[in-house]
Amino acid sequence: MTADDVVISCRNVWKVFGDRPERLRLMPQTTMEDLRATGHIAAVRDVSLDIRRGEMLVVMGLSGSGKSTLVRCLARLLDITAGTVAVEGRDIGRLGETELIDLRRRKMGMVFQSFGLLPHRTALENVAFPLEMRGQDRASRIARARDMLALVGLKGREGYFPRELSGGQQQRVGIARSLAVEPDIWFLDEPFSALDPLIRREMQDEFLRLKGMLAKTIVFITHDFDEALRLADRIAIMKDGAVEQIDTPERIVMAPATPYVAKFTEAIDRTRVVHAGALALPVDGRPVDGEPLPAGETLHALARRIVGDSRALIPLADRGRIAGLLDRKAALDLLLGPAA
Amino acid sequence: MMTATLPQAPFRLEQKRIAQAILLAALVLVLFRNALPAGLLRLPEGLILPFADWINAAFAFARDDLGLMALTRAVSDAVEFCLDVTANMLYGKSRWPNVGPIPWVVIAATAGMAGHALGGWRLATLAAGTFVWIAVMGQWKWAMETLSVIVVAAPLSVLLGLALGTLAWRYRLAERILNPILNIAQSLPHFAYMIPVVVFIGVGPKAGAIVTVIFSVPPMIRMTLLGLRSVPPEIIESGKMSGATRLQLMTRVRLPSARTEILIGVNQVIMQSLAMVVLASFIGMPGLGQKLLQLLQALKIGLSVEIGVTIVLLAIVLDRMSKAWAVKQPAHAEGPWLHRHRLLAIWLGLVALGFALAALHPYFAEVERKQALSLAGPVDAVVGRVIDLIDPVTDWLRWFLITWVLIPLRDAFLWLPTSAVLLALAGLGWRTGGLRSALVCLAFALPIALSGWWDRAMITAYTVFVAVALALMIGVPLGLVGAANETRARRFLLVCDTAQTFPSFIYLIPVIMLFGVNDVAVIAAVMVFATVPIVRYTIEGLRGVPPEIVESAQMSGASRGQLLWHVKLPLALPTLVVGANQSIMFALFMVIIAAFIGTQDLGQEMQRALSSADVGKGFVLGLAVAFMGLMADHLLLRWAQSRASPGGK
Repeated sequence: MTADDVVISCRNVWKVFGDRPERLRLMPQTTMEDLRATGHIAAVRDVSLDIRRGEMLVVMGLSGSGKSTLVRCLARLLDITAGTVAVEGRDIGRLGETELIDLRRRKMGMVFQSFGLLPHRTALENVAFPLEMRGQDRASRIARARDMLALVGLKGREGYFPRELSGGQQQRVGIARSLAVEPDIWFLDEPFSALDPLIRREMQDEFLRLKGMLAKTIVFITHDFDEALRLADRIAIMKDGAVEQIDTPERIVMAPATPYVAKFTEAIDRTRVVHAGALALPVDGRPVDGEPLPAGETLHALARRIVGDSRALIPLADRGRIAGLLDRKAALDLLLGPAA
Repeated sequence: MMTATLPQAPFRLEQKRIAQAILLAALVLVLFRNALPAGLLRLPEGLILPFADWINAAFAFARDDLGLMALTRAVSDAVEFCLDVTANMLYGKSRWPNVGPIPWVVIAATAGMAGHALGGWRLATLAAGTFVWIAVMGQWKWAMETLSVIVVAAPLSVLLGLALGTLAWRYRLAERILNPILNIAQSLPHFAYMIPVVVFIGVGPKAGAIVTVIFSVPPMIRMTLLGLRSVPPEIIESGKMSGATRLQLMTRVRLPSARTEILIGVNQVIMQSLAMVVLASFIGMPGLGQKLLQLLQALKIGLSVEIGVTIVLLAIVLDRMSKAWAVKQPAHAEGPWLHRHRLLAIWLGLVALGFALAALHPYFAEVERKQALSLAGPVDAVVGRVIDLIDPVTDWLRWFLITWVLIPLRDAFLWLPTSAVLLALAGLGWRTGGLRSALVCLAFALPIALSGWWDRAMITAYTVFVAVALALMIGVPLGLVGAANETRARRFLLVCDTAQTFPSFIYLIPVIMLFGVNDVAVIAAVMVFATVPIVRYTIEGLRGVPPEIVESAQMSGASRGQLLWHVKLPLALPTLVVGANQSIMFALFMVIIAAFIGTQDLGQEMQRALSSADVGKGFVLGLAVAFMGLMADHLLLRWAQSRASPGGK
């Protein structure tokens, strides 16, 4: 990984609310109790993380864990109390107002939990809003907004006002607006939390479709662990403002770093998360015979074939090459629970 | 989870003891009144401070040395230009642009279409019907004189309010300065605004417009501030993430998102403007108000009822239209241009038709006096009949009230030693909010004593006291009846809402009709005006009782009576007190207006100050009224707050 690959880099970021927090001396070992004693509240505590180009990082935490505050620090909607946030190598805390506005006009898009649509503008005018802000001419911004609305499946609803649209449709407008300027970095702050479960599922599929088409660096906030597992390249789990663990969904499920993370993973069906490749043993000269299974599939997807297979060690193939051997008994233990 | 328990009354022993001691001391002063030295009965002459002279000196300095006169003259010239334009358009005053007057049919059609666009057929009928009524009753010119001022004053006031509200939102300091000024401004009686305007601007429509702007701007400032504060943070963040600059954020995100609050501010501005324009007849503002004033002074009941109906109709139309505008949400339209803009097309057609009609027959351009209908004859006859019928009752009531209630009470108020009243107020303050409230009460009450207008103020206090007491006796039972079920509650609230939009002046017509010109009429007018908020807040307080508390009481086996006495009323009490507070404010305003019927209180003095253009005296009297209101406001709201959040600060 080279420095060029890192799009957003946080170093020891603190966000403390209260009376004149900039006078506090914040150390990595400062606790919530220390701060509470002086009447302050830490929403983000000493967070350091890197987000790579084209990666999708899901920040997961319960309400009050500081995840929404963190994403607002990344977009500098909030000024951080200590530490640095660098976007493409530039410390955004040092940007002047015009530079910051320019950065947002060219590089960033954001989707909000309760949509943040302007009630007095139609869907089309809402999507065109960021383009209008940067002074694009009317005809081209309307054309672009039309395309974006078509992309999110709202063709024919251009003239509707937000209150005339359902929640899911409003969020589609929000998504179209956030993508109108073709941002490199896409922030989504609990975009589907305000929607009912059926629509949420539909919107997640829609989101995966868009994500596949667009190749952007994505920071996605959610309180829903299943949603995180479903969408993420990497997950950062937050508690009380600090990041407990940041890793791939698989590693989080298989090797939770703290008891808190473990609690989340307990109720999860691991076989839907864990890929066959994660259980692969090195070949080490053992015989590789018969047809291999794809290493990139989840155990759940391969379940029927693993159960029906008679080999003790099943070869796994990753893009045409043998990636290792799957211990059938270990896989069955995960799928069915350990034998009694 | 919601827990269903009754809030407990706050109980602070210390505070109660001290308050009792102070109140006891006040009682001792009252009991031994005859043995008190004169200095404790009334403040000695030597202590009376010449506030009025100081204010006059300050005004003279501002006028003569600071050149404020030149500034006000420039402003008033600009306002006069606008007024000339609207006067020409609406009733054909011969000024630039010399195109008016617009025929009444065109204005009625325009009002109807505006009503239809905002609120459908019912509002259209109401709006068009009002203007048709004005025209056929031969009141067109007066009504247009009134409207031509509102049309100029209300937008100016809205712009000024938006600017000041934004300033207060942007700068903490501006808000800190504006807040106390607004508090006092909103409790100053109408006349207090008129006197300086007479000094700086003079009399007539120009002065009427300017006093209207000044009077109606405070609610606009408040609503702008509230609207800007209550824009959802995510909308602002989405604006920021869209790359909006501060100015773009203000003009395209914050202000449009605060639309509803701002338009409610506009509604309040319009209603305050109407109330003020009608009253501005006292400073030579022509129009409906002046006509009504003349007719009332000549006791021409039938004709003043006609004007009263017009003012009430105008108030309802303006209120409904501006409220409909505030709650109206944008909706998409589809189809070809003509279909999407059909209301505009119909309006243009109607306007053309109106002009054509006016060209065909002069009746449609202007209804002349001799062509006008009049209800005055029949109204006078009916009123005469009714008054003959109930005269024994009203006569007896008048006699009884004056001899046995009003005069004794007034004498009692005047009999009280100043020192005892001040002490009692401090005690009440201590009881509700400790030392701080006691000091606040004294800070409001002491200047009144020091100003030398104590006796007049006591008469005002007595009038308000009697009127509000009567209003409580009538309003609370009415509210209980009204809150019986949801349909009835809504109906009652609609009546209250409508009654609150009437300019206060209107309430004088029926009471003069019934009681003639005397103290009882004043009390009756004040009482009717003050009953409205009490009914309203009683209903709202009862409706606001959480259903789970009612259910838990019902499951505890409470009868309807027990439910009302032990659950609903105690919980509704804080809201009811807020209503009583508003009632006191309304009563104070009304007492001052009623002064022209003939009272001996602060209002009477204020009328004198107005006719002699004595700014200092007018301000001192106005502030005395405002301080009485603010003191009641502090005590009642403080109490309601401590009741609503037990244990809270």
